[in-house]
Amino acid sequence: MEILNFFVENREMIYFIVLSIFVGIEVIGGVPTVLHTPLMSGANAIHGVVIVGAIIVMLDTEPNNILGLILGFLAVILGTLNVVGGFVVTDRMLEMFKKK
Amino acid sequence: MKGILEISYLIGSITFIVGLKMMGNAKTARKGNLIGAFGMTVAILGTIFLYEKEGQTSREFFKIALIFGAIAIGTAIGWITAKKVEMTKMPELVSMFNGMGGACAALIGLTEFPHVAHQIQETGTGYSSMAFIIAGLVIGTISFSGSIIAYLKLAGKMNKPIRLPQYNILNNALLLVVIVFSAYVVLQSTSLPPAIVWALFVVAIVYGILFTIPIGGADMPVVISLLNSFTGLAAAFGGFLYDNKPMLTGGILVGSAGTLLTLAMCKAMNRPLSNVIFGAFGGGSGAAGADAGEKGTVKDVQVSDLAVQLNYASKVVIVPGYGLAVAQAQHVIHELEKILEERGVEVKYAIHPVAGRMPGHMNVLLAESNVEYDKLVEMEDINPQFAQTDVVLVVGANDVVNPAAKVDPSSPIYGMPILEVENAKNIVINKRSMNAGYAGIDNLLFYNPKTSMFFGDAKKALTELVAEIKQL
Repeated sequence: MEILNFFVENREMIYFIVLSIFVGIEVIGGVPTVLHTPLMSGANAIHGVVIVGAIIVMLDTEPNNILGLILGFLAVILGTLNVVGGFVVTDRMLEMFKKK
Repeated sequence: MKGILEISYLIGSITFIVGLKMMGNAKTARKGNLIGAFGMTVAILGTIFLYEKEGQTSREFFKIALIFGAIAIGTAIGWITAKKVEMTKMPELVSMFNGMGGACAALIGLTEFPHVAHQIQETGTGYSSMAFIIAGLVIGTISFSGSIIAYLKLAGKMNKPIRLPQYNILNNALLLVVIVFSAYVVLQSTSLPPAIVWALFVVAIVYGILFTIPIGGADMPVVISLLNSFTGLAAAFGGFLYDNKPMLTGGILVGSAGTLLTLAMCKAMNRPLSNVIFGAFGGGSGAAGADAGEKGTVKDVQVSDLAVQLNYASKVVIVPGYGLAVAQAQHVIHELEKILEERGVEVKYAIHPVAGRMPGHMNVLLAESNVEYDKLVEMEDINPQFAQTDVVLVVGANDVVNPAAKVDPSSPIYGMPILEVENAKNIVINKRSMNAGYAGIDNLLFYNPKTSMFFGDAKKALTELVAEIKQL
């Protein structure tokens, strides 16, 4: 019954997840092989959204929690690397596909 | 204010979907990437200035300064590295950035663990939050250490797959340990010392390493794609934890899209994913190499003869492989293509889906040297055309043209779709030496009577070839 309750309580979230999965599949479907590398790289940049979590960690951490702040600081740096590096490298790849 | 934050999150989520969709089409791809980057910026700025957790969020100046400091450092390093990297090194860079995202997710878990453990102790609720934290931590960590190994392998710093004795059993046992340990930490977080989460972190790092090291360099693209979807999953768990929609959309989107991409890559190699990960590869190579002596002789061709042959051909198909990329010969090959076209020769490039180190890697490389997009022909479309082709020029490719994939059931690449170059009238193979390809297996094509070997470093040999053709 616990499990059934979980489904009732989190109904919207579960719908959200299932639909997101289908959107992910739909978005990738039929992509030509030539674009696989930039697409992987672009997807790589998008999961850099994990940086939002790192920022939340920083904001929620007590100002006197030094270890927490250090870890959060590192997390924000790493997340930024993922986001910025990911988008820039993807842009460089795609720049080459432009029509002449 | 909450309303504005929600709008910025909505913008973020929508741009991720639209951006990724647009990246599936060569015409709109670049714009799609920029749209995604725009949405990301909106979501990040919204979080910094507007995020609020019931009265607990303190926005001291020094904390905001720290956040912007960290973003500035990350932007500077990420931007410069991404701008400076050579085209051939892009796959490993993607792997590295993926690892950074995984590490970010792991650090979030490490920081949040004591808070939620405290909450469970005080209120008795929060087990689901704890499960999300641990799941994000473990998956992010595996993605992190696995990506670093993939990076080292692609960068050529770790050439041979390292296989511990019984590595499959060992890895699966360790995976079981990771799962049980994780579940234990979730359920017992209040009675365990807080340092336990660091122990879990270390175990997950070890698993990520052991998961990746037995896999050969040729399969790294698949591994990177898989780890990419892992990081997406880790981000999605962060989204559950904070009930944060852009993290959820972005994470799940990448998780499912990445998984599909991984399967598409496996399909291109005609190998099930389990085969890549648990690796039957290399097992058959001993047998394949054993009868190398009786395959006949290899004949080579001089540059002057080849120049004439190409010059008077009516249709030439170039098959590029990773060797072309390593030799940085993409500009010379374009020059060769241009001069042949000027002489009225029809020139096309045959692109195998897994040529290079990542799917589409060859396209990116050739695009760098301004080869026209229309000249790149995918495998299914070019295969029927080989019969009307006068000369096939294979540059630095090996396994993707190996007929053993069609005829030799004992070959490790048996069943992989290949470019059927043996149907062409003449085959010329540029290679540095007679060494086997990435999969470590011999290539029967070299002994085909129609085949001539054109030995030498791709860049040097092709430059000589172009010079020779110009004199005709």
